[in-house]
Amino acid sequence: MLRQFYLMRGSLSRVLPLFIWAAVDIVLWGFITRYLDAVSSASFTFVPVFLGAVLLWDFFIRVMQGVTMAFFEDVWSRNFLNIFATPLSLPEYLGGLVITGIATSAIGLLAMVALATTVFGLSFLMYGLLLIPFILVLFLFGIALGILASAMVLRLGPAAEWFVWPIPALISPFAGVFYPISTLPQWMQVISHLLPPSYIFESIRAIVSGGAASGMGLLWGGCLAVLYILAACWAFARVYRHAVRTGLIARYSAESVS
Amino acid sequence: MQHVLSVKNLCKTYGGKIAVDKVSFKVSQNEIVGLLGPNGAGKTTTINMILGVLEPNAGTITIEGHDIATQRPAALERTNFAAVYAPLPGNLTVCQNLRIFGLLYGVKNLSARISALLGEFNLGEFRDKKCGVLSSGEQTRVCLAKAMLNNPHLLLLDEPTASLDPAVAKDIRARIREFAAKGTAGVLWASHNMYEVEEVCDRVLFIASGKILLQGDPKTLPRRHGKKTLEELFIAVAREPLTLEGEFP
Repeated sequence: MLRQFYLMRGSLSRVLPLFIWAAVDIVLWGFITRYLDAVSSASFTFVPVFLGAVLLWDFFIRVMQGVTMAFFEDVWSRNFLNIFATPLSLPEYLGGLVITGIATSAIGLLAMVALATTVFGLSFLMYGLLLIPFILVLFLFGIALGILASAMVLRLGPAAEWFVWPIPALISPFAGVFYPISTLPQWMQVISHLLPPSYIFESIRAIVSGGAASGMGLLWGGCLAVLYILAACWAFARVYRHAVRTGLIARYSAESVS
Repeated sequence: MQHVLSVKNLCKTYGGKIAVDKVSFKVSQNEIVGLLGPNGAGKTTTINMILGVLEPNAGTITIEGHDIATQRPAALERTNFAAVYAPLPGNLTVCQNLRIFGLLYGVKNLSARISALLGEFNLGEFRDKKCGVLSSGEQTRVCLAKAMLNNPHLLLLDEPTASLDPAVAKDIRARIREFAAKGTAGVLWASHNMYEVEEVCDRVLFIASGKILLQGDPKTLPRRHGKKTLEELFIAVAREPLTLEGEFP
C-alpha cells in the first residue's frame, strides 16, 4: 500500500486516471439523460436509471482496476522476486492489493458523485439505504474480478495484461447496466443471473419505476459476490503455487537478463 | 560452528531436465561460501529454492533450523538477497524502496536503519533519487543496502558485482567481507568471477549439471586437482564435469 501511495504521490499520470475517465463518463451520460428526459414521454426521469447506473458501473470498474493496477506495478517493475523473497505471505499480498483497490476506487467514486449530484442533479435519496448493498455487492465483485485478473496475468505472463482491460466491457451486456435482463435472449439471461451486478441494476430500475427492489435478488447477488471472491483467492493461490513450482516467479525477473 | 543454512539432497526438475541433482551443503556463521559453475549449472535455481520462490522436487532447506517449506516467514525474516537480475523498482526513490522493504522484513527503528545503510553504502546523495536513474554500480549498492536491511543471518548473492567496474566491485567485496566478519551471518555467493571468489570466499562449491562436483578452499583447491588457477579448474569443470563426478560425495 505504501508503495502505491509513493507512486501516486509523484505521478499525475497515475492520479488523473483515478477519476478523469469516470468523470468523462458522468458528463457524457449526464447530457444523454438530459436529452432523453427532454425528448421522451417516459413517466420517469432517466437520470437515476442511466446516470446512476453509469456511476455504479464505473465504480465497479474502478474497484477492479484498483486491484489489478496495484498488481501490475509489480509486473511492470519486475518486482515479484524481491517481493516474494520476503516474509510477506500470500494473504498479506492480496490484502494489500484489495486495500489499494478500496482507496483508489473511493477517489473515483467521490469525484463521480460530486459531478453527478452537483451538475446533473442525481439524488441517491431515491435508492435510500439500499445504496449500501448496491455499493457493497459491486465492490465485492470488483475485488473478485481484480484478483482473478491478476491471477490470469501471473499465470499467462505480462502480455496477458491486455486480456484484463476489456473484461468490464465483455461483462456489461450481460450485467443489464442499461436495460432489463428480460431484453436479452435466454442464453444471455442465464449468464446474467450468475453476475452479481445484474441484481443491482434490476433493483435500480425497479425502484425508479416505483416498485421495490428484490431483497432475495440482492441477497443472492451478495452471496454470489462473496463466492466469487473466495473462488478468485483460491485461483490466485493455485496460480501462485504453480508459479513457485515451475519457477515463474523467478523467471518474471530473469526475463530481463540477456 | 552453527550452521546458518543447511541444504540436504535438494532436487529440481523442469519437465524432463534435471536442474539440481541431490545437492547438499551447509553454510556456517561467519563463512562466505562461493557457488561456482558454468551457465545452466543450477546456481540460480539453487538460490531461488533457498529463497522459497522455487519449490524443490525433493530435499530440505533449513535456515537457522527453520524449514523453508513449512516455516517460510520465520526462515525468510532471517534471510535476504541481492541479484543482478532483481533490481529494485526504478520508479521509486532509494529511500522509498528501502522503507518498503524494511517494512516487509519487519525491521525495527527503520528510519535509523535506512540512514545508517545510506551512509554505509555511500548512498546519501541518492536518497531521494529514483532508482531507475542511477548507474548500475549505484543500483547494485542500493540492492545490497536492501539486502542488509534486516541484518540477515543468511545473505544470498547472485553475481552481485556483475557489470560493475573494478573499483566499485572491490568496494562491494570489502563491504560483504566486513558484513560476514561480524560473526552473525553466513553468505552464499554465486559468481563467475574467479578473482573475486578467490579473494572473498572461505570455501567454494563447484556445481555443474546440477551436481556439486568439488568443494574446498579456493586458494588450495586448484592445486589439489592439478590446476594452477581457479579459472583453469572452473574451465575443466565446465568442459568435462563427468570426469570429476563422484569426487564430492
